[in-house]
Amino acid sequence: MSDLADTYETLTPDSATSPGDIEIQNYTINFGPQHPAAHGVLRLVMELDGEIVERTDPHVGLLHRGTEKLIEYKTYLQALPYFDRLDYCSPLGMEYSYVLAIEKLLGLEVPIRAQYLRVLFAELTRISNHMLNLGSHVMDVGAMTPNLWLFEIREDCLNFFERVSGARMHSAWFRPGGVHQDAPLKLLADIADWLDTRVPRLFEDAISLVADNRIFKQRNVDIAVVSKEDAIKWGFSGPMIRGSGIPWDIRRSQPYDVYDRMKFDVPVGTSGDCYDRFMVRVEEVRQSVRIMKQCLSEMPDGPIASFDRKVVPPKRGEMKRSMEALIHHFKLYTEGFHVPAGDVYVATESPKGEFGVYLVADGSNKPYRCKIRPTAFSHLQAMDFMMKGHMLADVTAVLGAMDIVFGECDR
Amino acid sequence: MASPHPRYASNEGVIDTAKAALGDMLIEAVEAVGEIALHVKRDALCEAMIALRDTPGLAYQQLMEIAGVDYPDRGDDRFEVVYCMLSLTRNHRLRVHVQTDAYKPVPSVTGIWPVAGWLEREVYDMYGVLFSGNADLRRILTDYGFKGHPQRKDFPLTGYTELWYSEEHKRVIYKPVKLAQDFRSFDFMSPWEGAEYILPGDEKATPQAPGAPTPLKADEVKK
Repeated sequence: MSDLADTYETLTPDSATSPGDIEIQNYTINFGPQHPAAHGVLRLVMELDGEIVERTDPHVGLLHRGTEKLIEYKTYLQALPYFDRLDYCSPLGMEYSYVLAIEKLLGLEVPIRAQYLRVLFAELTRISNHMLNLGSHVMDVGAMTPNLWLFEIREDCLNFFERVSGARMHSAWFRPGGVHQDAPLKLLADIADWLDTRVPRLFEDAISLVADNRIFKQRNVDIAVVSKEDAIKWGFSGPMIRGSGIPWDIRRSQPYDVYDRMKFDVPVGTSGDCYDRFMVRVEEVRQSVRIMKQCLSEMPDGPIASFDRKVVPPKRGEMKRSMEALIHHFKLYTEGFHVPAGDVYVATESPKGEFGVYLVADGSNKPYRCKIRPTAFSHLQAMDFMMKGHMLADVTAVLGAMDIVFGECDR
Repeated sequence: MASPHPRYASNEGVIDTAKAALGDMLIEAVEAVGEIALHVKRDALCEAMIALRDTPGLAYQQLMEIAGVDYPDRGDDRFEVVYCMLSLTRNHRLRVHVQTDAYKPVPSVTGIWPVAGWLEREVYDMYGVLFSGNADLRRILTDYGFKGHPQRKDFPLTGYTELWYSEEHKRVIYKPVKLAQDFRSFDFMSPWEGAEYILPGDEKATPQAPGAPTPLKADEVKK
């Protein structure tokens, strides 16, 4: 037998060329900018060796709208709606950092009910964001049904946003000093009802289809493993750093508003792969439900915005009767309020990770500089080392587990 | 009760530890609005960053953000590059400021934190600040072939070019910006609170003469 093999080896050595053989080189392909799994306008220039990804070069900026430049030309209040349009999947999470930065510069107190309302709706935003991300991640790796069920929940969330702010997506509801309008009692009762009945049923049903699914695990387990050291070096935050096993949550370690009164667990992953990141988000939804229930049961009555009339405009009814209120209203909606000179970096735990605002005030009514720290920038940058050696088909799983939205990445 | 911003570990003693660790690399340490800012010599940035990361008692393991700021009034060194750092173990944040202009490069910190690669590219794109040692200093957010650095204060909000679909060329082409209406920049600053400008139409008017002097009081009148 071995004689035969030797003979065969001598007859056709590995180096032998035969007609039709060609030397194969790495080749480069474009993924996007128009690709359904690119979650927006991402262009990935990938160098492939067969089907193995050797190098990834993400080209971002195709959705750049110059938000930071525009903000420098607007008053502090006029700049607020730009934040909704950054990460349009979790608008209130973006507004949160901005209003907290202004409040920090002003040293402005916020009534306790407003703080509870902001936490409540920030967590609702987290649920609606994760519904979109978990659903699309699942769909990117080939399952259809969970996405449809999760979008039911997201639709409910958007309806709640509409009922509290008047807008389904671009709420512009947070204000420096509180929130714009109070949430009606019926809305809060409906949210409580929804948390008790609809969310657990739809969500747990949808997740039960994929969490232990063999195909889903084959597509995600051990894909794009990130170690703790790499997660720190690459500036990861949010579910990405927790997926790598570092229990870091700004809501827990640097609590803002009434997060220090909330009881919730911080889920962490064990191996730092795409499956861990997925499951961290799944558990975060359950914890968000817990936080929202605590908010609803503990929320006191009271004012929903600061009484500092140099920052927060008076109620409309008051404006009709009081001359002073009318003057304040007029001044705040034309000139706006002035923020004392200084600079702060305020970061909150947005659904996607650390969303920071570096705000430089020069004492006038417009921000001198407002640098936005998107979560996607550091995560997407790590794409190159995360993809190295994986198959082309894993790109969608890795992208889905990163949770990237280009409104925020490109600003 | 103060404002409800994120509350991290106290700033107490951080400046002293930083002064001891950085020595003469540190120009100035400022604590304002509850945040600590270290102004560091540009040439010594990398050593300072390594010291901030590795000194026990500082331990800023993560670089979260690099922000550029343009101060045209400062003359030389008009740009400030701000590094926002986070310590996961000490639960503390700190900023490092470096001054530069459009020609003097800032040492790149990509060797310490690879995340700095894109962050530095963005500062370069937006302000034209150069980073020595960044191997991949391409533009990142602006268009392919864009000219200028849009976040500079002297760059107009409207930009210089705009995109149009040309029926003639059957593709998208660039044209100089043509505004159908002048760019409107309202100044709502209160004239009673120190706004120094001339009202439209008053440009040629001579400055108002001071009014009649206040009459002397009866006991001040010299007789």
